Amino acid sequence: MKNIIYPIIGVFFGIVMYKSEAASWFRIYEMFNFQSFHMYGLMGSALVVGIIIVQFIKRNNVKDTQGNPIVIADKDKSISRYLIGGILFGLGWALAGACPGPMFVLTGAGYFPILVVILGAILGTWIYGMLRHKLPH
Amino acid sequence: MEWILEPWPWYVSGPLIALTMFTLLYVGRNFGMSSNLRTLCAIGGAGKTSTFFQFDWKTQRWNLLVMIGAIIGGFVGSQYLSDNQVPDLNPKTIEQLKASGFESAGTTYVPTELFGEDAFSSPTTLILLLIGGLLVGFGSRYAGGCTSGHSISGISNLQMPSLIATIGFFIGGLIMIHLIFPFIF
Repeated sequence: MKNIIYPIIGVFFGIVMYKSEAASWFRIYEMFNFQSFHMYGLMGSALVVGIIIVQFIKRNNVKDTQGNPIVIADKDKSISRYLIGGILFGLGWALAGACPGPMFVLTGAGYFPILVVILGAILGTWIYGMLRHKLPH
Repeated sequence: MEWILEPWPWYVSGPLIALTMFTLLYVGRNFGMSSNLRTLCAIGGAGKTSTFFQFDWKTQRWNLLVMIGAIIGGFVGSQYLSDNQVPDLNPKTIEQLKASGFESAGTTYVPTELFGEDAFSSPTTLILLLIGGLLVGFGSRYAGGCTSGHSISGISNLQMPSLIATIGFFIGGLIMIHLIFPFIF
């Protein structure tokens, strides 16, 4: 039963993604055309609050519900993998108008062609797994 | 309670995204949706083709539950918490989209041209959606995370790799919209 928190968090997140229109292809298009502040305000305010939360956690050594210190793992140092991977992700994000959270949100909202995007994303992940030793990291 | 059926403004939704991240950290997890794609590969047997998928996917069950929740959230948000929500786009955006063949701009949540029922009978649309998905899946794993893991969690923790990845997300998005879209739409 302790697992019940995860679908609850997911439902909350899904509702926020839908209602904020972060799951709308149109909003992503508008953002990359710099024609609205909406998406920038959304990500910007999430970050301002997020930075304050993480700083608070660090300064006060906040523990999680199991009593372990909360840590966000450091990522490996590199520029190429983040930049190249990031650019490829951005190309897909703008084309499909959905990143990995909103894909599932749109499935629930009944826009079933998004399942093709999800299938592509799973295949893309699989291809990465097979090629990763040949790629610069 | 009328406001709940209206589109939620960014200054409400943004902090709620941060709250999602905090709740996951507080229960000892982290906020990263694209990891689920790797888990789905592992469940599908991709471990036979690459060590990248050889891990006990059951340790990631919590994140699959978040993912299933997000599907339900999309259903609840669209069916019960919205009255046919249509993004209030910049009129210039609508005009621009209509000129590129997106007649549904300004009248639907997502373009009917890509996400309507007719999409399944249009090979071009299916290929575009598949390519979009391939790039998102490949790119997020290559970059080690997506918008939730890098742009929200990583930058909240002031991690340079996440800032680089997010700059990459934007470069890619700008290339797609400004340099590639004119050729496909």
